[in-house]
Amino acid sequence: MNAVQELQARFPDIEFTQQQTGDGIATLWLDSARLREVLSYLKSEADKPYRMLYDLAAIDERARRIPADQPECDFSVAYHLLSFDRNDDIRLKIPLRGEYPSAPSITDIWPNANWYEREVWDQFGINIENHPCLRRILNPPDWAGHPLRKEHPARATDMPGYTLTEESHQREEEGLEVDPESWGLASEGDDVEYMLLNFGPHHVGTHGLLRLILQMSGEKIDDLAVDIGWHHRGAEKMAERQSFHTYIPYTDRIDYLSGVQNNLPYLLTVEKIAGISVPDRAQVIRVLLCELFRIANHLVWFGTFASDLGAMSPVFFTFNDRERVFDVVEAITGGRMHPQWFRIGGVSADLPEGWDKLVSDFLAYFPARIDEYEQIIVRNAIFKHRTKGIGLYTTESAIEWGVTGPNLRSTGLDWDLRKKRPYSGYDQFDFEIPTATEGDSYARTVVRIEEMRQSLRIIKQAMCNMPAVPYKSDNRLAMPPRKEETMVAIETLINHFLAVSWGQPIPPGEAMISTEAPKGNYGYHLISDGSNYAYRCHIRTPSFAHLQTTPILTKGLLVSDLITILGSLDYVLADVDR
Amino acid sequence: MTPGLWTLVIGVCLLAGLLGLTTGMIWIERRLLAQFQDRLGPNRVGPLGLFQPIADIIKLFMKEDWMPPFADKLIFVIAPGIIVVTVLLAFAVVPITPFIKVSDANVGLLFFLGMASMGVYGIVLAGWASNSKYSLIGGTRAAAQMLSYELPMGLAVVSVVMLAGSLRLSDIVNAQPRLWFCVLQPLGFVIFTIAGIAEARRTPFDLPEADSELIAGYHTEYSSMKFALFFMGEYLDIILVSAMVTVLYLGGWHGPLLPPALWFIIKMFAVIFLFVWVRAVLPRYRYDQLMTLGWKILLPLSIVNLVATGAVMLVMR
Repeated sequence: MNAVQELQARFPDIEFTQQQTGDGIATLWLDSARLREVLSYLKSEADKPYRMLYDLAAIDERARRIPADQPECDFSVAYHLLSFDRNDDIRLKIPLRGEYPSAPSITDIWPNANWYEREVWDQFGINIENHPCLRRILNPPDWAGHPLRKEHPARATDMPGYTLTEESHQREEEGLEVDPESWGLASEGDDVEYMLLNFGPHHVGTHGLLRLILQMSGEKIDDLAVDIGWHHRGAEKMAERQSFHTYIPYTDRIDYLSGVQNNLPYLLTVEKIAGISVPDRAQVIRVLLCELFRIANHLVWFGTFASDLGAMSPVFFTFNDRERVFDVVEAITGGRMHPQWFRIGGVSADLPEGWDKLVSDFLAYFPARIDEYEQIIVRNAIFKHRTKGIGLYTTESAIEWGVTGPNLRSTGLDWDLRKKRPYSGYDQFDFEIPTATEGDSYARTVVRIEEMRQSLRIIKQAMCNMPAVPYKSDNRLAMPPRKEETMVAIETLINHFLAVSWGQPIPPGEAMISTEAPKGNYGYHLISDGSNYAYRCHIRTPSFAHLQTTPILTKGLLVSDLITILGSLDYVLADVDR
Repeated sequence: MTPGLWTLVIGVCLLAGLLGLTTGMIWIERRLLAQFQDRLGPNRVGPLGLFQPIADIIKLFMKEDWMPPFADKLIFVIAPGIIVVTVLLAFAVVPITPFIKVSDANVGLLFFLGMASMGVYGIVLAGWASNSKYSLIGGTRAAAQMLSYELPMGLAVVSVVMLAGSLRLSDIVNAQPRLWFCVLQPLGFVIFTIAGIAEARRTPFDLPEADSELIAGYHTEYSSMKFALFFMGEYLDIILVSAMVTVLYLGGWHGPLLPPALWFIIKMFAVIFLFVWVRAVLPRYRYDQLMTLGWKILLPLSIVNLVATGAVMLVMR
């Protein structure tokens, strides 16, 4: 009995409408009034429950060109649940009607819904009933309107020019003042007066624009509030005005440390909706580059983590080695941090001559360096003292808060999408999933160090077994379009011209494919209404979920531990704020 | 030349030399760290980048000397001075050779310990006067840290005094013409060096500053030459502690063939090198771990050292 039949049997009085999606995830529409009981059932009562709220996003349904096969509504909210026991997902959607509708809050079922629901309100103006702290999350507090609504302009030229008046400057400044109560903090306790410390948005230890408000007694952190959104660029809105092809460079900048790893989930989703199959060579090239970027990402994380702990040298070593990774990447793609090199249906170009020499040189060089990092930092006594037992996740709490990737694996659960739901031919590679059991900052370090070794194994296999077939699909929708027949007739010329300049329409559909990015599970929820650009693009990033757990990880610890925890989580603010 | 005039000449030369060496420390530290970190370090200004410190100082002079409007102005200005002055005063009792010394006070060691303790006032007051939370945390950390590490330092030194039978530093050096005290007092040597690193607020004990946690700790709000004075204080501290390690444990100016002053300088630079090396290698302790190390490990060890020294001396007699 699959999940749909299960729900229908358990709730015979609810009318479920099933929607077909490209990704094969069971998608059910139901009335918002019954949502909470169905979610509670799926989370705790169902056999092999769906224990993780993987994603939560709203969709403005009012501007669809082609009505979708779904209940009529103005807005909808999608709840994406994940079951580890079944290795299965389910997506529940509620239809909402009206200009500024309301949806029930589910923060008491899943605490991590908190930020997602705030985002829904911030971006769509959908009121969340009974939300504990409904305030803007990504946009500034004095922003007018809700940007992801279809009527909100997407281009600066559609908006009045920006001027910073004395008055608005004053207002912005005032918006930054800390009102502890509105953040759920206290300014005094039973017999203590707390010190409120504004930590960031410009702080060395936060790795980017992140603001924390610490409620401290002495150096001990009793509670803290996280203020994000300083790095928000409106990446999801941009997807609604860029063609599917021209959006690829924007994805590179979501998690700016892991380059092509960003392209992959986006393209897998587009290819799934468009029905494009990617040739083997392109798949292996993608895997090769993805693993190189996994190493590059972990190197940056490792160096900056060590420097957070006060060790000043490793950051130079790891950035130096990252340059060597970039040398390989540059020779293959021409780019370094943001190669934007994957294309719909394949990759941008074939591998250059001599690429295997570069890769094998790197493979020969790097293992000794990993050993050295272990030697100088991971086995250092002070490092162990600073990280062991700090920032504890249990498998349960990690799942409860939507934690994935190395942070989840450090608690002992070997959840890796490359193994569990192989994409891009990962099932053809021989590698292991490193795990640890402690779930603390030290375990996360150990897992990531070992992951670099496993990535080397994958790279080696990719290098030795590179298939000799085309690097791009010959599907009509693959980009850039084939040029062979361009000059044959005026029709083919026009088609080519349109495809290049306007982009190609992708058939209507909806899908979300997730990949195992260096920081965790990373997915693009795309909806196409048959246009050449996405109708809605929601980006599920691991950093967003991980950063939300900071308060529970840091309670009762010291400021130094906060820095340890922030460093060990491996987030990037661009990935959090999108 | 009368002794008074000679002392004055030495004093002025020492002051000039120390300030020069402090400036040189910028170059030494930056170049050494670069070598430890697979980098080149400053090598553009003058031969081998030797003029880099001058460029750094000119830069610091040109910086806007900003005083936060919320600061306690008087104390804010005095604080960096206290640090430099106390350390410089402590140098007065350090004998470089039998002839090159400013004051050969019979309580030289006590004077050194006293001045070293005074230095913390500069930091605490800087943290307090800045009226900023990060500075305050840095200042309180410094106070607690200095207190915890001066005790083991003092106790370690008592064993040296027992061996030498004098608090006069030149007597202590003369008590180790062949056999250095670091051989007789290995534990004391290690404790003194660790406490000295903490005294100079260097990694792994750079908690008052803790750049990744407290931005810049007690000197977050400082700029221009006031900021530079803190750095001078830190570098002077390194030189002072290195000189004291040399005097107390490494036989001071004693050594074969080479002139005494050269021996002293060689030994001192070896310790300075150690300071920079440690900084390149180690991460930082956490506040409570630093306290644990000071009170629960170093302090008992220094007491054990003291008792053992006394017992052995009793038996030997």
